Amino acid sequence: MTHLLSLVDVNLASVAAFRPELTLTFGAMFLFILDLFWKGHPGRPARLATGALLVLGVAAWFLASQPGGSRLLFNGMIATDGFATFFKWLFLLAAALTVLIAAPGKDFPPQRIGEFYALLMAMVLGLFLMASATDLLMVYLSIELVSLCSYVLAGFKKNDRRAAEASLKYVIYGGVASGVMLFGMSYLFGLLGTTSLGELAGHIRHLQATGLPAAATKLTLVVAVVLVTAGVGYKIAAVPWHMWCPDVYEGAPTPFTAFLSVGPKAAGFAVALRLFYGALSGPSAVAPGFGEAVGSIPWPAIIGIMAAVTMTLGNLTALAQTNLKRLLAYSSIAHAGYMLMGLSAASDRGTQAIMIYLLIYVVMNLGAFLVVILVAEATGSESILDYRGLARRHPLAATAFAIFLFSLTGIPPFAGFVGKWYLFVAVLDRVPGPSGNWYAVLAIIGAINSAISLYYYVRVIRAMFIDLPYAEPRQAPATPLMYQVLLSASAVAVLVFGLWWTPMVDWTAASLHIFKG
Amino acid sequence: MYLFTDGNVLSLATFFPLAGAAVIVLLMIARAMLGLGKGLVDQASRWIALVTSGLSMAAAIAAWSLYDPKLGGVQLVAKAVWIRDFNVEYFVGADGISISMILLSGLISFIATIASMPWWGSHQANEMAGMHDDGHEDPHHPKHFSVRMVPGYMAMLLLLQTGMMGTFASLDMFLFYVFWEVMLLPMYFLIGVWGGPRKEYAAIKFFLYTLAGSVLMLLAIIALYYTSQPALLADGTMSNLHTFNILEMAKQAQAGVFAAAAPILGFGFTKIVFIGLFIGFAIKIPMFPFHTWLPDAHVEAPTPISVILAGVLLKMGIYGILRFNYAILPDATAWAANAMAVFGVINIVYAAFVCLAQKDLKKLIAYSSVSHMGFSLLGMAAMTPQGISGAVLNLFTHGIISPMLFLIVGVIYDRAHHREIEKFGGLATVLPEYTAIMGLAFFASLGLPGLAGFVSEFMVFSGAFPVFTTYTIISATSVIITAAYYLWAIHRMFLGKLNQAYVGYPDLVWRERLTLYPLAAFCIVLGFYPQMILSMINGSLHELIRNIRPL
Repeated sequence: MTHLLSLVDVNLASVAAFRPELTLTFGAMFLFILDLFWKGHPGRPARLATGALLVLGVAAWFLASQPGGSRLLFNGMIATDGFATFFKWLFLLAAALTVLIAAPGKDFPPQRIGEFYALLMAMVLGLFLMASATDLLMVYLSIELVSLCSYVLAGFKKNDRRAAEASLKYVIYGGVASGVMLFGMSYLFGLLGTTSLGELAGHIRHLQATGLPAAATKLTLVVAVVLVTAGVGYKIAAVPWHMWCPDVYEGAPTPFTAFLSVGPKAAGFAVALRLFYGALSGPSAVAPGFGEAVGSIPWPAIIGIMAAVTMTLGNLTALAQTNLKRLLAYSSIAHAGYMLMGLSAASDRGTQAIMIYLLIYVVMNLGAFLVVILVAEATGSESILDYRGLARRHPLAATAFAIFLFSLTGIPPFAGFVGKWYLFVAVLDRVPGPSGNWYAVLAIIGAINSAISLYYYVRVIRAMFIDLPYAEPRQAPATPLMYQVLLSASAVAVLVFGLWWTPMVDWTAASLHIFKG
Repeated sequence: MYLFTDGNVLSLATFFPLAGAAVIVLLMIARAMLGLGKGLVDQASRWIALVTSGLSMAAAIAAWSLYDPKLGGVQLVAKAVWIRDFNVEYFVGADGISISMILLSGLISFIATIASMPWWGSHQANEMAGMHDDGHEDPHHPKHFSVRMVPGYMAMLLLLQTGMMGTFASLDMFLFYVFWEVMLLPMYFLIGVWGGPRKEYAAIKFFLYTLAGSVLMLLAIIALYYTSQPALLADGTMSNLHTFNILEMAKQAQAGVFAAAAPILGFGFTKIVFIGLFIGFAIKIPMFPFHTWLPDAHVEAPTPISVILAGVLLKMGIYGILRFNYAILPDATAWAANAMAVFGVINIVYAAFVCLAQKDLKKLIAYSSVSHMGFSLLGMAAMTPQGISGAVLNLFTHGIISPMLFLIVGVIYDRAHHREIEKFGGLATVLPEYTAIMGLAFFASLGLPGLAGFVSEFMVFSGAFPVFTTYTIISATSVIITAAYYLWAIHRMFLGKLNQAYVGYPDLVWRERLTLYPLAAFCIVLGFYPQMILSMINGSLHELIRNIRPL
């Protein structure tokens, strides 16, 4: 009885540190209720957007007022630490931008936009939990929560064949990936007797110290880890779990695509970092080599190969795309590959590099999708042909898009270069260490990929600035002021952070602490 | 005149054009919001470009006169900490390696800006060039680049100038890389938007080649950074573990820091870093076999951009090798010297033969640039005082002569709208002044004694002869081929019977005189008094090769 009571106590005490998540939970319900009002009122999207921003704002306020330091909540299910807080801010930023982008757009009809906002809040809740999960069970549950919201939202345009295809593909791939992950987790639990991330490394060492045939154990562990990687790899759209990505990006409403390309990807990296760098490199974090980690599981090598294949395949396939949303989908696959390089480095520097990269990536990718929305609203198409002559029709959008695309390529003085710089630095940092040659090869593959990616990004820029218009431009609708402000702000942010990024470094350095039990 | 001091002159030279570009961008925004007239904005942005580019040139000349060659070493320094986390500094300064390039960059930038104006021409010449802006596009009579999207052009031109000046002035590796890359974007747009018929292809080829080189360079820079040792930062504190300071790295190289680093991929550390940097720079030179972007870029680029490309951008390859590879990786440089000489010889001879086969005058001159940059490679590979001074002098003289050549091509292209050598003939009778200045430039380029090109070529040959005797003899044959293709071109274009299509063509106009005569004066003065450049550069260059282990 006392045992049970203490459990209750722990849970009650945890609630205090769980207020941002609670806000999102009740916020989603609040938005569903709000959705019932103002039917047919012209100001409906604006009011609902205000409601959604209010929910995010309250969550942000609770997040900001949380005490520092790190601790476990709910009997070790989740942790509040600097690492999680960083990602939570990232999700709030991305969600707020998505709310603003969605409000004046045509992707969501005014009578259904409330649903989108409510589901978005639920999804942000899932992302919050993903970033702070410290237990395999919680990892699985939070990934599922995010996935379920995503399936619904990907098929939001119910009567659109592409949307239906996207949603169905997403469900099938997602179902398989999470099933495989759960299976891998069951292996881990069966072998190690724990689901707590903090205890994994210790149990692996213990298992190897005591008896069992080493080769068989290692094999099972490697298989289990690979299976768990499937779930994470699917969330960040890494090869070979990337197939859903282009179709879903194409079929989903564009504001949601924008969110999908940054939110779940960032959360996937948060889980991956916690799982691999946090748990599987051991609590004392002796830097593992490329082919060695705790229990001689060669996860840096697995991730490194995944990184090389992911970025190469993403970039090479993007070369052939003519639909901007698909192009950006393959580009986002390639970017997942770049970030996996940072994970493969298995170091604080690598972790920080991923965090910096994600921060920049959120701004530049959302900005890029905003331009896609603008053009789609003016021309009704996402084909690269309709970007021809954009520089004349809409100089602001064209200039901003050029800045985002150059930044995605990783050319100074844009912020994308800073992100890439930190990733390369993290990888080359490991070259003098054990099996450093593999890291050198990985860096060279990454560098070559940067050059390849230039080609398809510049194709869009060429269409906007050099090529003559494909068709006589129709009278473009006036751009909402909100879009103009968002575009200019993101473009300026990309430029400023490309020249002075000390605040980003300071913030990420302060958020490096991963709770390791 | 008290505007320029030792501390600010290089920063001003670098950032005047950027300020001009910023003002032009504000003007474009103002135009969109307030509805200012197109003519007003065009004219204003031209003036802004002319003034800021002129100020930048004035600052470059001031830097030249403030630099004291007797003191030697690095002068005109300005430093500040930029990103503390990575020990990145804003650190500019000039020494004998860079001071002549800074002067050249200021000079050529201003001349290219003048050449971008539709001003100071005769009515007839402007009409032929398509400089009359009647407000609508006619595909059969394309408008001259100088009247198309003027504010954008000027902003890009100025941004390019900032990138060039910054590349030569920066002494922090990170800063260098940023300026190096900053040049790519305006160059892409300048070729791609304002270029000739195959501009898209030429622009993306230039971009891809250069970026492929610079990502390798980036990896090499990171590798160097991680091997370096801490050094003092601008604010007097010690840097955190490593440094980007190029001068400090060179000092550490002398102490053997980089030679002792662990090998990468089975190669010696210095060798693999050398290769990474070298490929990045070799693409820019351009060195065989990475040279194929150059003829395309040149042929499609508008005249002032060709001028900048040939006059300044190509020099960055050689400059980078001297600044990075020679100074920081002396042992690998000694290891690679022979290969560099071989590539130099291939550049010289192969490109000269390719010139013989060209039908397009601009392509001929583009390949002649490839050939002439080979002289610099050969001269610097020899590591003799004369050879390396000749190599850098060659950068300067080629930086004077090749812009002249491209301006000359521009003159005839503006009138005839083609550049095919075979289609001309007897132009000397209708364009006497043009023929005279063309003769001067062609003869300077083929190395006629008394003109600028001869001195540097002679120094390279005499400097390389004791070290690479065979290579030098092979290269020297190119002098004959060079003379052949230039004289043959003169013969076909300017002599013989006048092609009736060209009767009544206007001779040089004042804009063209403004750009050509100063360069012609430099050609003659440097031919008799190369000491003007040599006295500034010799000290630093000779010190540079003293530190490289003799072969």
